[in-house]
Amino acid sequence: MEKRCTDSQVKGVSTGTTILAATFDGGVVIGSDSRASIGGEYVSSKTINKVIQVHDRIFSCMAGSLADAQAVTKAAKFHLSFHSVQMETPPLVIAAASVLKELCYKNKDELQAGFITAGWDRKKGPQVYVVSLGGMLISQPVTIGGSGSTYIYGYVDAKYKPNMSKEECLQFATNALALAMGRDNVSGGVAHLVVVTETGVEHVVVPGDKLPKFHNE
Amino acid sequence: MLEETGPEWLSEEVKTGTTIIAIEFDGGVVLGSDSRVSAGSSVVNRVMNKLSPLHDKIYCALSGSAADAQTIAEMVNYQLDVHSQKIHLIPFFLFLQSLHFIYYMSLNRHLFNGNLIGWQTGVFATLNGLLTRQPFAVGGSGSSYVYGFVDAEYRKGMNKEECQQFVVNTLSLAMNRDGSSGGVAYIVSIDEHGTEEKVILGNDLPTFFDQ
Repeated sequence: MEKRCTDSQVKGVSTGTTILAATFDGGVVIGSDSRASIGGEYVSSKTINKVIQVHDRIFSCMAGSLADAQAVTKAAKFHLSFHSVQMETPPLVIAAASVLKELCYKNKDELQAGFITAGWDRKKGPQVYVVSLGGMLISQPVTIGGSGSTYIYGYVDAKYKPNMSKEECLQFATNALALAMGRDNVSGGVAHLVVVTETGVEHVVVPGDKLPKFHNE
Repeated sequence: MLEETGPEWLSEEVKTGTTIIAIEFDGGVVLGSDSRVSAGSSVVNRVMNKLSPLHDKIYCALSGSAADAQTIAEMVNYQLDVHSQKIHLIPFFLFLQSLHFIYYMSLNRHLFNGNLIGWQTGVFATLNGLLTRQPFAVGGSGSSYVYGFVDAEYRKGMNKEECQQFVVNTLSLAMNRDGSSGGVAYIVSIDEHGTEEKVILGNDLPTFFDQ
């Protein structure tokens, strides 16, 4: 059986990973695992946080080459803070996603990183955007990424409902991450979750032993 | 295209890039598969039944190279047929022997489903030669997308209807995501009363939030 992921071709430290973001009624949940590996054999970090805050209410998850992703998010963070000073208003989520997209598209030959950008803004409320490897930008209500995401496409398709409550969405995200970490050898560790709503940002960390268990464990 | 090589389906091997699933319940088993056979990016058969009978109450689900899988299934069918003439109950060791025969050919993966009368009911999965008995098994290219779903949704002690619904849901999710799986869903349910084959057409398959 072939593994369908581009991460396995990444040189150096890769975030062979599982990331996801889902909108619910009033906000978004963004989550990721916490494992960084080299070549799928050595876990170089068990507790890396792949959910980066690029602005007050906008977060980005990275997948692919860790080095590329870190460099791009640092550049995006700077760009966005400058942008928000100029506009005298917090940036829109799509602005953050576009900044990442520009960087990915213009440097597509050198970079190997994809992003999920999610957050809340006053204009459109909760949103999730995906920037893929080559620099395509699309908006979706729920999205998953990284090598572990292949195993949970079926689960996400079946279980996601638009306009869930915050608790339902958190449970959905935790379950999805736990399932992916259970099947993908390059995803694991703890589950980092961030809930973004109009009123604020809440971090939830679910350690490995507190993750939901399924029938075969 | 400027090349003279002709269409790729003439040179590509025909594969059953596929989704197959088998699940055991108290009193029998349910098997399911999609129906797409592809040669490269061309679908050469959109209604192939990949659930192949090896005996009255033993079915197997095929994946991998279509030609190899079909041939092996027919060979095993013949072997079991010949031996069952002499002895009405198929001894379990013979069943295992025929599976072993498949490993020697070291081809592809097959999911086996056995309901040997009065002896054993079970789902056996063969992965390039490893034989394991499991309460349920998924295989084929589409199976990667539904590992999470089956892990979450499988419960012990489901009855036959629940198993059938579980199989249909799983196939539907996999067919939506896997380019090499699609078409209709074939379901086979085996219990002490007999074997029941069903086809669920594309438009009757369950749909999900984004459809």
